Amino acid sequence: MSADRFLDISITYALAVLTIAFLLVTVRIVRGPTLPDRILGLDMLVLIGIGYIAVIAIKTGFMLYLDIAISLGLVGFLATVAFARFVMQRGLQQSAESAESGQGAEEQP
Amino acid sequence: MITAALTYAAGAIIIFGATFSFLAAVGLLRLPDLYTRMHAASKAGTVGSGLLLLAIALVAFDVSVALRVLVGVLFLLLTAPVAAHLLARAAYSAGYRPADITVINDMEVSKNQPKNKKSRKKS
Repeated sequence: MSADRFLDISITYALAVLTIAFLLVTVRIVRGPTLPDRILGLDMLVLIGIGYIAVIAIKTGFMLYLDIAISLGLVGFLATVAFARFVMQRGLQQSAESAESGQGAEEQP
Repeated sequence: MITAALTYAAGAIIIFGATFSFLAAVGLLRLPDLYTRMHAASKAGTVGSGLLLLAIALVAFDVSVALRVLVGVLFLLLTAPVAAHLLARAAYSAGYRPADITVINDMEVSKNQPKNKKSRKKS
């Protein structure tokens, strides 16, 4: 088997496997019981997208895709950080409400 | 000859990287808990994407492309643990608890003792 043929086969395998991984992560995002699960799924989706773009760059030979992959990683990191801060603030509000309701429940008896 | 060897190496690295990404997705789907799913997503996913980026450098065989690949992989390795840790800390402080089969939880000790005292007072 020549080197280029082996590279073609491995690229086809990688595209198929990454597509299945995409679908699995999408199932987790749809099913995910809590909000942080969905955020983690989106983070994983960005990682798989970077790998997908890398394989496409090898397949087509356009090395400009590499810059797109790097900037996608930047955007994904910023999105995860922003979502984490959102979860923290929203959760603190919820826990404060539950603490108030808990105190109310303690005061009632 | 060198390019043929590099192309074989790139194909092998592509296969390894795609398999790592797939295993990360399987772990994300099958693990019981947010905090265990985070292990699969942040470690195996980062290794998979990093290997797929490294394959570009082997195929292109160019210094500028290789440097950009190095910068991208370093960025990925630096940001993925930070993002996972931020998300785990935010989720834990927001009140999302680990699964029931968790054996060791070091965060639980300091936070739950006053609650236990309260429950004892109640009972």
